[in-house]
Amino acid sequence: MASDLRPNDLREDLVVVPLRHPWRWVSGAVIVLIIAGLGWAMAEAQIQWEDVPGFFTHPVMLEGLLNTIVLAVCAQGGAIVLGVVIALMRLSANPVARWFAVGYIWLFRGLPVLLQILIWFNLALVFKNISIPMLFSVPTNVVMTAFVAALLGLGLNESAYMAEIVRAGLSSVDAGQTEAAKSIGMTPMTTLRRVVLPQAMRVIIPPTGNNFINMIKGTSMASVIAFLELIHAANNISSRNLEIMETLFAAAAWYLVMVSLASVGQHYLERAYGPR
Amino acid sequence: MALVEAIGVRKSFGHTEVLRGIDLEVERGEVVCLLGPSGAGKSTFLRCVNHLETIDAGRIWVDGVPVGFRAAGGKLFELREHEVARQRRDVGMVFQRFNLFPHRTALENVMEGPVQVLRRDRAEVRAEALALLERVGLAEKAGAYPGQLSGGQQQRVAIARALAMKPKLMLFDEPTSALDPELVGEVLDVMTSLARDGMTMIVVTHEIGFARSVADRVVFLVDGAVVESGTPADVLDNPQQPRTQQFLAKVF
Repeated sequence: MASDLRPNDLREDLVVVPLRHPWRWVSGAVIVLIIAGLGWAMAEAQIQWEDVPGFFTHPVMLEGLLNTIVLAVCAQGGAIVLGVVIALMRLSANPVARWFAVGYIWLFRGLPVLLQILIWFNLALVFKNISIPMLFSVPTNVVMTAFVAALLGLGLNESAYMAEIVRAGLSSVDAGQTEAAKSIGMTPMTTLRRVVLPQAMRVIIPPTGNNFINMIKGTSMASVIAFLELIHAANNISSRNLEIMETLFAAAAWYLVMVSLASVGQHYLERAYGPR
Repeated sequence: MALVEAIGVRKSFGHTEVLRGIDLEVERGEVVCLLGPSGAGKSTFLRCVNHLETIDAGRIWVDGVPVGFRAAGGKLFELREHEVARQRRDVGMVFQRFNLFPHRTALENVMEGPVQVLRRDRAEVRAEALALLERVGLAEKAGAYPGQLSGGQQQRVAIARALAMKPKLMLFDEPTSALDPELVGEVLDVMTSLARDGMTMIVVTHEIGFARSVADRVVFLVDGAVVESGTPADVLDNPQQPRTQQFLAKVF
């Protein structure tokens, strides 16, 4: 195509037409319309919006919130500790330890969390007592409360995932780092604590944050064994006033608050261990 | 007694025998350069001296102690990893890839050994570490992280980190091979001054010029065995063995 301009044609008043993006305007408008439609539908829906704040701060809801937080933090904390141990076994020179770690991860990652919670909760049906011969013995139904069953179900499943995350983190640290630590006389424990783990954290934290967010939501499964977490609390409230959706929305708001806080925490942790 | 005495050292990786019976003595204050083509086993031997590799046969003694073992009642007992760690305190090592701790500053890298391993007083160690950084010409980089330093600067910090343990012996594993050509000189200068101060050093290097001017003795390795050994003048300028002659002809 012949041009009517020469390369050296640098007139001041030359008109330059920018590229137009009409489809951006169209797609943007469609999205706004969809959101407006949803908003209109929610406003038209038969929801007693004015009751939701009351359920949000209802004493039963707050108790459920506290239990949810305690369960999520305990299960995740335990899972991190166990996960580090299993990861170290997985990387160990002892073949028995390695096989155990592989089997542990296979089992606890392989079964649905809900199933694991139910098995722990019903343990008393098959084991009347939990005992170590000549040391102690306790009735299973005394120990295995809804909280303990939920803690074990959620925590053990999560520990299998944590083991894989920690293993990936430890393996990501260059072998030269361990050699340098050895060369200044560090013991294996000091090397792990001062050199390998701090660097592995960069790889470990993002997926752990993700998993913790999943854990917060996963505590809802404890409602099936009547543990008073947020969903169970919402059900308790709505069983009296039948405002099922309103109480569920209040619970939903609490989940979003917790997950948002966890995301912020993760952001700061990532920054603390970030690259220099 | 020599500071380092290696007798009949053998090492295989799988079916490949990398060291085929190495004998080597290094006297106190001596600087020994290991030369030879790649794959000759120079680095592997150096790593054996620090027990980063376990040897299959033979023995290495450092300062009268068998590396990786405890001698008692006419027997040798293999040591646990944390006992080997204690032996390594007296031997400094500098790596080809520097291996500084990237999450700590230059100063913290130098302080790490004395504080964490020797459990010495922080303030005292800090003063010594600053003096060491000064010695390698990096006093003003104390607060910099390794990622902010050039290769030559990183390697000089790594030398200071090793010196902070006040080692009896320094091992250098191709310390300038990963450096841009213009940065090689600054690292060799530090090593030269260290040699002048009487440090016992074993240096795996391809820097023939450094070997000629600094080494007391040059050891030429081929295929996991010592082919020729002697003063730089003997080995570098008047090599007797055909393998040494071939290698030097290629290098110059």
